[in-house]
Amino acid sequence: MSARDAVDWPADIHAALKSAEVRQVAYVPDAGHARLLALCAADPAMRMVPLTTEEEGIGLAAGAWLGGERAVLLMQSSGVGNCINTLGMIEACRFPFLTLVTMRGEFGEFNPWQVPMGQATEAVLEAAKVVVHRAGAPGEVGAAVAGAARLAFSGYQAVAVLLSQRLIGAKSFQDRAAP
Amino acid sequence: MSRANTLDRRDVARALLAERGELLVVAGLGAPAWDATAAGDHPLTFPLWGAMGSAAMVGLGLALAQPERPVLVLTGDGELLMGLGSLATIGVQRPRNLAVAVLDNEHYGETGMQETATAHGVDLAAVARGCGFAESEMIRDQAGVAALAGRLRAQQGPLFAQVKVAADAKPLVLPPRDGGLLKTRFRAALLGPGAALA
Repeated sequence: MSARDAVDWPADIHAALKSAEVRQVAYVPDAGHARLLALCAADPAMRMVPLTTEEEGIGLAAGAWLGGERAVLLMQSSGVGNCINTLGMIEACRFPFLTLVTMRGEFGEFNPWQVPMGQATEAVLEAAKVVVHRAGAPGEVGAAVAGAARLAFSGYQAVAVLLSQRLIGAKSFQDRAAP
Repeated sequence: MSRANTLDRRDVARALLAERGELLVVAGLGAPAWDATAAGDHPLTFPLWGAMGSAAMVGLGLALAQPERPVLVLTGDGELLMGLGSLATIGVQRPRNLAVAVLDNEHYGETGMQETATAHGVDLAAVARGCGFAESEMIRDQAGVAALAGRLRAQQGPLFAQVKVAADAKPLVLPPRDGGLLKTRFRAALLGPGAALA
């Protein structure tokens, strides 16, 4: 077991989402979210909503809140770019919004095509009035997500937690990561 | 490619919303939101003033959260075309209480009446059928609209209807623009005053 495995941070995220009573789990899959997605799919209190593109998750989260439920959007940093205009609805209506973003295009990235969006992710989110928290160490992830969920659903804010590439492990073709 | 479309979009909206009962409504950006408002501003109608392409997804999130309540997404061809993938996303979830009705005038009405893809034969009902909607149809007359209105509460969805309407401009009948108000009044009407404490 490596040090990275010592803390089961995907389980910590799942526990934080469960504690926050998140019911709708919208996602465009990413290798960094794979274990969390499996944990959520195995939880009968959570409904998995696979998306064709990330901005669909923003509409879903707005509709869920209108109906009295809470949603989360799981995506990769490249998906943040797809969300920009739709995030305007979150700001204009002050919908609570929680997204957990696995990062590409930073620490240890080998694919240059991932770098532009990865490097722009934080600035893009902040320009769209999303509060950005970063989690880089396994032991801090659970608390970061729990705090973000509280800020989102009780503080009525749009909040993103960026899960660093150092945390999830830089990808390579050797471990069958998507390019 | 288009045939003459004679249905009046305001008549269609009125027929679908006339006796709304338990119906929850999401109205897409532009003319469909004005049509829904012309049929009667209502706290349980959430009109979109932006986020083009999102109406169907807002309807999905609402339908999943409120499975016992019928949900109608009333939107336009241009709006839906921007979020066509959402039909696949809905097809995966298959909420029985969701209906998506597109008022298809084959034009972008708010920007100068430029043609949309449906003016060139793109068949949205066929797309929805291919995405797994339980029922999907093209409607060209008021009898078809009345039949659709009768099925909105049947819990046999997801339903999809591409309603061909005339492309004439209507007088503006605008809903409130304040998103915070629209959200809060919807939740209060649906969930009760305690929703403000959630």
